[in-house]
Amino acid sequence: MSASNDDLDRLDTSIRAALRTRSGLVSVEAPRSARLRRLERPALLGVLMREMINFSSYWRSTTFSATVEPTIYLVAFGFGFGSLVSTVGGYDYVEFVGTGTVATAVLFSSAFAAMFGTFIKYKFQRTYDAVLAAPVDTEELVTAEVLWIATRAGVYGCVPLLVAMVFGLDPNAGMLLVPVFGFLAGFGWACFGILAAATATSIENFNYIISAVLTPLFLVAGTFFPLDQLPQWAQTLAQVNPLYHLVQLVRHAAFGFEGWSDLGHAGALLAFGVIMWRLAIWRMEQRLID
Amino acid sequence: MSAPLAIQLRGVVKRYGAITAVDRLDLDLPEGTCVGLLGPNGAGKSTTMKLLTAQAIADEGELSVLGFTLPRESKQARAECGVVPQLDNLDVTLTVEQNLVVFAYLYRLGRRERRPAVERALTIANLGDRRDTRVDRLSGGMRRRLLIARALVHRPRLVLLDEPTVGLDPQVRQELWALIDRLRSEGTSILMSTHYIEEAERLADSVTIMSHGSAVAMGPPRDLIVEHAGHEAVEVYGGPAKLAEVEAQAHAAGLATRRTGTSVAVLRLNGDAPEGERRPANLEDVFVLLTGERLE
Repeated sequence: MSASNDDLDRLDTSIRAALRTRSGLVSVEAPRSARLRRLERPALLGVLMREMINFSSYWRSTTFSATVEPTIYLVAFGFGFGSLVSTVGGYDYVEFVGTGTVATAVLFSSAFAAMFGTFIKYKFQRTYDAVLAAPVDTEELVTAEVLWIATRAGVYGCVPLLVAMVFGLDPNAGMLLVPVFGFLAGFGWACFGILAAATATSIENFNYIISAVLTPLFLVAGTFFPLDQLPQWAQTLAQVNPLYHLVQLVRHAAFGFEGWSDLGHAGALLAFGVIMWRLAIWRMEQRLID
Repeated sequence: MSAPLAIQLRGVVKRYGAITAVDRLDLDLPEGTCVGLLGPNGAGKSTTMKLLTAQAIADEGELSVLGFTLPRESKQARAECGVVPQLDNLDVTLTVEQNLVVFAYLYRLGRRERRPAVERALTIANLGDRRDTRVDRLSGGMRRRLLIARALVHRPRLVLLDEPTVGLDPQVRQELWALIDRLRSEGTSILMSTHYIEEAERLADSVTIMSHGSAVAMGPPRDLIVEHAGHEAVEVYGGPAKLAEVEAQAHAAGLATRRTGTSVAVLRLNGDAPEGERRPANLEDVFVLLTGERLE
């Protein structure tokens, strides 16, 4: 692109015009007196708005994969295994898998989105450099990113339930809590993803995390088969698997809550979220601030 | 000490392991002026920029930006600063306008201020008719203009420009210079790091030359030239042997020299100048004299 004199003149005039309005507007001196605290709403809102405006440019593909993927699992397992086993633990197999794949949908739309999204934003696009040059701290940046991903996970998590309803799952008032459970688990998994992204030195590192951490947790969560047939050690391991707790909560939301044990599951997800949240902020700060 | 300082650094040290990137740096930027930070690659310019937004935390020394002490009050300082990074970090899948809207939110503009602020930034970038164009479809010059306008969306009192015209065509560079000069004449404080000497000479009220992490000279470009290189220089051309001889003679006469690749420039002339092409001394002479002929 070359700038002719005309262009320069135009630029000049336009800048003059722009600057003339300067004195006419309210000055932005207000923040001077206001004490700035941690986790301020305007900072969170700023990062959230950035995500939402960006989402408007790619929501189609994200929604497609978040919807289609768990549906494929549901249909494949529901009908594949469903022809061999009709009931599992007293539930119709399709209903068993339909409620279980909610956890899959939440995991896919939170941990993966956070891992790849964060890595791309801080390493390739350098978005976080721009955000941290604004009045936003790392803690606010991470928190806002996670809130956004968790919200999406809560919404996408409902898709398998809706699909299962088409295949005969009966609606239940408890299901209204599923987005909340999806949000809670999505929050922890999004933090996990950011922690992974802040620890990875290259995008290939994610292979280790996906193969060694996410895939086993994804399979040993009671999604596709009940855990009570597994050896004791696997059952013990499931207790520390956040996905397992999510699967239990969703199933109970659909078929009837079980009081204290469900509070325990919710508490486990909450603890997972809080621990991962602090770890993600700690690691990201190390990465972003020299 | 009349004008209040927009930036004040005292004895700032920043180490990365064994490397000291910034070494006891002092820097003053009086409000409403433009200070150019000149130095070869690795002199500590980018680290200094990062320190000012608390994206790097100093190991020693005192930093204050717009009256706020860093790093403790850095968020307040950042709210009133605009930062133009060296590396383009626009959201490439968003439109021009969306990029500006995002920053109107990040810089906490009120609901009613956002729309006029975005329009004003579009005018500054002269991209009004491109508002709906995705950034990845803009030319390099347009992207730079947008990057600068994005930093101005909240009318910052201080603007940090990190190598604002690096890698651009001369025409685009002039266009950006006009933009920066306009900003300065409007009273915005500007810190601009650059290694284009002409850029510093044209735009900066005062230049700080950095070498190995500290300031080796500061002052208005004209004063620095006179002080370090004298009023005039003589360029002597010739083969390597001839150039070496000229250098030896000049040094014997107490004159300074610098190689320019094809010639030797003899500086700080006092009367007995060698035969050659006379030209006014310039900031590049000062730069090379102070930061060394060879880069490690």
